[in-house]
Amino acid sequence: MTPTPPILEVRDLAVSFATDDGVVQAVDGVSFDLRAGEVLAVVGESGCGKSVTAMTLLGLTRSSNARFSGTAQYGDTELIGASEEQLRKIRGAEIAMVFQDAMAALNPVQRVGKQIAEQILAHEDTSDADARDRCIELLERVGIPRARERVDNYPHEFSGGMRQRVMIALALSCDPRILIADEPTTALDVTIQAQILERFRELREQTNAALVLVTHDLGVVADIADRVVVMYAGRIVEQGTLDEIFYDPRHPYTWGLLGSIARMDRPRPKRLPTIAGLPPSLANRPTGCHLRPRCPHEFAECVKIPPLEARGESIPTHPSTAEHTDRCWLSTEQKVALREFAPGEIGLGTKAAAS
Amino acid sequence: MGRFILRRLVAMIAVLFAISVVTFSIFNVIPNGDPALRLAGRNQSPDQISAIRRTWGFDKPLYVQYAKTMEKVFTGDLISYANQVDVDREIIQDVPRTFSLAIGAALMWMAFAVAIGLYTAVKAGQFSDRFLTVLALIGISMPVFWIGALMNYYLGFKWKIFPNGGYVPLTENPIDWAYHMILPWTALSLLFIGVYSRVLRSNVLDTINDDYVRTARAKGLSERQVLIRHVLRNSLIPIVTLWGLDFAAVIGGGAILTEKVFDLQGVGQYAADSVGQLDIPPVLAIVMFGAFFVVLLNTVVDIVYAALDPRIRLS
Amino acid sequence: MATEPATELTFGDPGVLAAEDARDRVAGLGPWRLALRRLKRNKVALAFGALFVLIVLLCLAAPLYADHVAHTDPFKNHLTDQINVGGKLTDVVAPDGIPIGPTWHGRFFLGADGNGRDIAVRLLYGGRTSLLIGAGAAIGTILLSILLGTIAGYFRGWPDTIVSRSLDILWAFPPLLLGLALGTALALGGLKIGPISIAGDSKLIPILIISVVQVPYMARPLRGQVLALREKEFVEAARSQGASSLQIMFSEILPNLVSTIVVFFPLMVVNAIGLEAALSFLGAGVRPPNPSWGTILGEGISRIVTAPHQTIVPGLMLVLTVLSLNVFGDGVRDAFDPRAKVRVDR
Repeated sequence: MTPTPPILEVRDLAVSFATDDGVVQAVDGVSFDLRAGEVLAVVGESGCGKSVTAMTLLGLTRSSNARFSGTAQYGDTELIGASEEQLRKIRGAEIAMVFQDAMAALNPVQRVGKQIAEQILAHEDTSDADARDRCIELLERVGIPRARERVDNYPHEFSGGMRQRVMIALALSCDPRILIADEPTTALDVTIQAQILERFRELREQTNAALVLVTHDLGVVADIADRVVVMYAGRIVEQGTLDEIFYDPRHPYTWGLLGSIARMDRPRPKRLPTIAGLPPSLANRPTGCHLRPRCPHEFAECVKIPPLEARGESIPTHPSTAEHTDRCWLSTEQKVALREFAPGEIGLGTKAAAS
Repeated sequence: MGRFILRRLVAMIAVLFAISVVTFSIFNVIPNGDPALRLAGRNQSPDQISAIRRTWGFDKPLYVQYAKTMEKVFTGDLISYANQVDVDREIIQDVPRTFSLAIGAALMWMAFAVAIGLYTAVKAGQFSDRFLTVLALIGISMPVFWIGALMNYYLGFKWKIFPNGGYVPLTENPIDWAYHMILPWTALSLLFIGVYSRVLRSNVLDTINDDYVRTARAKGLSERQVLIRHVLRNSLIPIVTLWGLDFAAVIGGGAILTEKVFDLQGVGQYAADSVGQLDIPPVLAIVMFGAFFVVLLNTVVDIVYAALDPRIRLS
Repeated sequence: MATEPATELTFGDPGVLAAEDARDRVAGLGPWRLALRRLKRNKVALAFGALFVLIVLLCLAAPLYADHVAHTDPFKNHLTDQINVGGKLTDVVAPDGIPIGPTWHGRFFLGADGNGRDIAVRLLYGGRTSLLIGAGAAIGTILLSILLGTIAGYFRGWPDTIVSRSLDILWAFPPLLLGLALGTALALGGLKIGPISIAGDSKLIPILIISVVQVPYMARPLRGQVLALREKEFVEAARSQGASSLQIMFSEILPNLVSTIVVFFPLMVVNAIGLEAALSFLGAGVRPPNPSWGTILGEGISRIVTAPHQTIVPGLMLVLTVLSLNVFGDGVRDAFDPRAKVRVDR
């Protein structure tokens, strides 16, 4: 695949909040590229910083107790340092966001048509009637039946899945180049989830928009992502293509995530492996590699923060690209050997088991 | 929406009936002696008392008494024994004054409360916020008749900046009417400005962190648009209910005190004067009409609230 | 009026304070200790609370003051007396009816009223009455509200319908008007229920009236809470262990209402004091010549043109009392729930 120039370049993004419990480093040196038409999945446990990263791109985390460093270059605009005025033009029009809880994210006392039209009218010089027609069209496009009537409904008059589609319609209304979806399917059941993902796929085909998909659901990732970024405690711990992450994972945390999926195509293991321990408090993180307290393969080197690098020599089954990076000091042979929890099963194991 | 309105109207009528029964009971059923004596008030001649007994039916069963009482009130046959005046006519004359006071004050306090509430919410935690909050607290702690009396004395009587009480009908001279009403409006508003600005501040602070406000920002709206179209509008909805309730409460409460202090001769003052003279018929009528008005206004507020917040219509 | 929001008037560094909080939470301090700790940090609330206590103590010490400092009592008219003011012998009440202003000395410290009575003495005695009625009415309201709210919320069905509709009707009457109505009705004959007979000028009458008038404002929130508590697992557990309804109400439901009651109490007292002042001012509350802040203000306002001090001074005392209780009450509310939302209970 010939690499097209990225439409979004994030370099060393760091976000911290001064809270009652101390300074919380929510995002710590995150870098990635996003290309047109690409689906980038940002994966990790709750609290790993993926939502904060996503919202920071649109400046939605700005507040008096937040501190930012690093850059996010979108075309001519550097998003992190941009003024509110500059961001306003980009929000909704060029980069749009789909939030997790559609019921909370929509104004409960406004009709959905009006809410979508509000975004259109904020960016384009059309008439109210035109905006309304476009709303109806958008609702039809995301698969809401009887859109002409339902455009005047209130959010609580839709089911969960339909509400989420309304949010997607809202996000698409100005044909953004980048769509950021923050856990868009988490609140929905599996069948609706499949339909929503289908919408995203269609969107990509029709408009070549890029999608940043923030989720903790690896099933969703496997379904739709092109590339994956794995985050843990504010840092990216592994980054690569979908195949690389799923078939050639190079970081113990990724092993843990993959190992903890219940799979239908394998014999059932005696116990579903989990990652022992708890994620660290972001106000008080361990020195060096953040996974140290929970990683059974920890060794002396781990007290130094491993830089995010492409370390891999290729292994016969999986050619490694320069973009498959990870943050683990272990050598490639060690990784290949250690990552199989049981023959054919990728997983992390526990410290107790390892010793 | 139509069904909702119908339901509320039916409920309202039931409550109005219950109110009339309760009011009746307060004056004629409370066990403390001869109701005829009570009605006669200070004019306790034996002739008067037997006349009262006859027309009010105290020698008849309770439901007859109730019927007679209601008949008197609604047919304008209610006479105040202390002053020999037609109570209903007196009330009708006084109503415009009370309404001038209540409506003017309600608008004034709403305007100031929204401004101060929004301002302190936006500046939450800073000095201006704390300072205004303290002022609001002081405003809440002052009895309206005290501050009213002081205002009237200093600003009206002593320094002659405003008229010294009294009322000029709106139809006679609008400017003079307003001029006479400014002090009463202010005195009555102070308390409510204090309460409402803090309620609004609290609502705004809650709303400002709601998810849909974040969505509004993500749409590319300016901060001002977000504040007014989403935050303020949604914060105001519960305030509308409060406002309706308190407006009714003002008519039946704070207005009485303000009218008396500024000598506005409104319905409230009529009630207060009657109380002072232990003249019961006016008090009975005013209490009942006051409660009626509250219920009526409540119903209107309910309907308006349902119009503003569509989720309510389902309940 | 409906519920009010909380103010946070603390002076501590939020980082340090919340770190303390976090530590306490982890250490497992119960909600009462946590609330107490938060209240202790709220220096402003504590200061005003102390002010309120000071005022109460002053009023309780009224007899001492009357006897030893002012050498009079609240009812004695000194119309024809003369006292020594700055060396000059002045009439307590001048021939044209104007009483003397504050002397800032033991006798007539705050001046005299139109009847020649010592304002300071009357103020303190009046304070006793007003505070007594305020607290008494608040307690009365709370007791009635607990009773009604628990019955309605726990048993639901018919009892709930009756109680709720009754509360709705009671709520429809503007409080002051209702108080006036009851006050007028009970003024002449007092109250006679069976063997219990209360005189028309007893202090119990205003207490009773104000208690009843305020019930809807407390009973409804309590009913709502009981409704919610009823569904909790610990109630079910108690039921499955064979506890009777009465036992459940006392051991499971009631304790959980206490924090709401504690938060509401200062507010109820403030409202009661205000209502008493208004009622007495209009003549439907405390009956003359008994002093209460309301009656004193009433007398003062009627003479405001000739003797404004008779209005200003008692008013300031009332404002200070109410303000201090308001700020303290806010602090209590904050301590129990620093993020209290304003709810409109309908």
